[in-house]
Amino acid sequence: MIKITTSDRYDITPLRSLMTNIFSLVAGLFVIGIIFLIAGVNPLYAISEIFLGSFGSLYGIKETVTKAIPLILIGAGLTLAFRAKFWNIGAEGQLLMGAIFSTWTGLTFGDHLPSYLIVPLMFFSGFIGGALWGIIPAILKIKYSINEVISTLMLNYICAEFLTMLIVGPWKGSTRFGFPGTDNLPEAAILGVIPGSRIHYSTLILSLICAVILCVVIYRTRFGYETRVVGENPDAGKYAGINFLKTSLILMAISGGLAGFAGVGEIAGIHHYLGYPASVSSGYGFTAIIVAWLAKLNPLYAVFSGLFFAGILVGGDAIQISLGLPAATVEIVNGTLLIFLIMGEYFLNNKISVHVSTKSKG
Amino acid sequence: MEEIIISTLQRTMIAGTPLLLATTGEIICERSGILNLGVEGVMAVGAVVAFMVTMTTGLPWLGVLAAVAAGMTLSVIHAVAAITLQANQVVSGLALTMLGLGLSGMLGKPYVGKPLTLKMNDIAIPYLSDLPYIGKILFFQSPFFYLAIFLALGAWFLLERTRLGIQIRSTGENPRATETQGVNVFLIRYLCVITGGGFSALAGAHLSISYSKSWIEGMTAGRGWIAIALTIFALWNPGRAIWAAFLFGGIFVVQYLMQPLGISPNFLSMLPYIATLVILLLISLKDPKRLNAPAMLSAPYNRGER
Repeated sequence: MIKITTSDRYDITPLRSLMTNIFSLVAGLFVIGIIFLIAGVNPLYAISEIFLGSFGSLYGIKETVTKAIPLILIGAGLTLAFRAKFWNIGAEGQLLMGAIFSTWTGLTFGDHLPSYLIVPLMFFSGFIGGALWGIIPAILKIKYSINEVISTLMLNYICAEFLTMLIVGPWKGSTRFGFPGTDNLPEAAILGVIPGSRIHYSTLILSLICAVILCVVIYRTRFGYETRVVGENPDAGKYAGINFLKTSLILMAISGGLAGFAGVGEIAGIHHYLGYPASVSSGYGFTAIIVAWLAKLNPLYAVFSGLFFAGILVGGDAIQISLGLPAATVEIVNGTLLIFLIMGEYFLNNKISVHVSTKSKG
Repeated sequence: MEEIIISTLQRTMIAGTPLLLATTGEIICERSGILNLGVEGVMAVGAVVAFMVTMTTGLPWLGVLAAVAAGMTLSVIHAVAAITLQANQVVSGLALTMLGLGLSGMLGKPYVGKPLTLKMNDIAIPYLSDLPYIGKILFFQSPFFYLAIFLALGAWFLLERTRLGIQIRSTGENPRATETQGVNVFLIRYLCVITGGGFSALAGAHLSISYSKSWIEGMTAGRGWIAIALTIFALWNPGRAIWAAFLFGGIFVVQYLMQPLGISPNFLSMLPYIATLVILLLISLKDPKRLNAPAMLSAPYNRGER
């Protein structure tokens, strides 16, 4: 008879952790292949197209880096929130609020200020916008014990409608011929790109700096320690006198603020005006959840997992065109990979041994 | 005026129906101690499967059955991750929603914009539908409406008045003690998660083959998330879920009523989401202690652990 026993594993090395993640991703891709097969698409061709589309050409790599910028920013911010078990699902709304705030700043002051003043000012206001939208659920959670998953999600919907209300109403640009959307930002407010690409390098550099700083904050400061205690052992945190409201407010201000930065990058670096919510962000706030999880909640690793999932977004666009698959395919890929990543953790944390004995029972 | 009020209330009942179905399912699931954030995704899959099957076979009830089966199957993923593999339930549920929304978008692509010619007819309850006012509001409705009320009352009876209900509830409150009584905690939780998925898919089926009679991507529009909020609002009681769901159905309908008044349609679209936050705030302000969530909600259970 066969007996399966599980026991806790205590020797979790970074290598084993990495191997588990890679194995989970491969297993996930296998299942995605089956889904492709059912949808009538050659799975090997589709999956190789995804990776060729993103990492297989110079154009693909440039696009991948462009899309990695918001994912790294938001993903890094989410690692901080998730460490405190603050489930911020509202990065999408925080990104949009950052976009709204920075567009206002850019349109209002962009004509009168030089580039070196207006650009930092836009990033600052984007951070404020995202942070404000982020601290609302923190207050609701700590003061009124309202589940943050619900509140952050509701705030996503509210922000998207609010943005649409602005661009079809008071903010509608005079140069848009009646179509929704603001006027273009003034020249000084537009971010520079690496020639021949859409990579707005100032946001890219900012995202890397933020990931490094956050890494230091999490592992080397008192505040970082407190967020980990809040997440892992809230009772101990209460006895140790950690101020939950203060900690949550700060971590959500950071998490939301970084999403706000991402919003500034999308507006000032790529679109140059504020349009419909779906065009400002193609679900970066949700994809970044997987980025943070694959990064094992380490902001530095979020740089790599951000690039990986940016590749899937770019490759997903590529197979939409070449194989005629719907846009939703990327969501299937993302959802499946996330499921396999969290399932894989069980096999990392538990040792599973199978005992086969020839003796019959009794 | 009288007709406006009657038709408003009629539409309120219809708009509240999917919310009631999904909320009832989530209550059953959460009472067993498992948080399922996959409602939105399962609902989307239910909507598209019901639509596809109804369109191709011409049999709406077969569509409903197929949707429920699909929703239950999809929920097994969350059950395996959350129960057997003790994964984080928040992330697992989110992943299920992503997968479900993606699958529905992929499956439904060929059906976008195709109207369902075949209707699921409203059922008039004999005699009762002749009653003035309430006859038209409550007794001349889509079959889903009656089904939702019946299932909510059934779930209430199951949870509060049967042996199985006690087992489900104690599984959510104290799985270890429950297991010492010889109850298979894992089995109970699996059953509850899968049943909850069937309810979510049923809500989706209502949206695509009865409520709007067409399919577009994203047609669930956050109703799954609102159902999760309503679970809290209903204090995990299916009886309370009935009026909670129809209150929210009313908010969905009020949007259309207020449009001619010149209020921004985008502002009106915000109303259900703002109302969700306001209502959660109000119950918290009124009496925070009454938020009696199952004690072990979203805590994984490990048999070997002491």
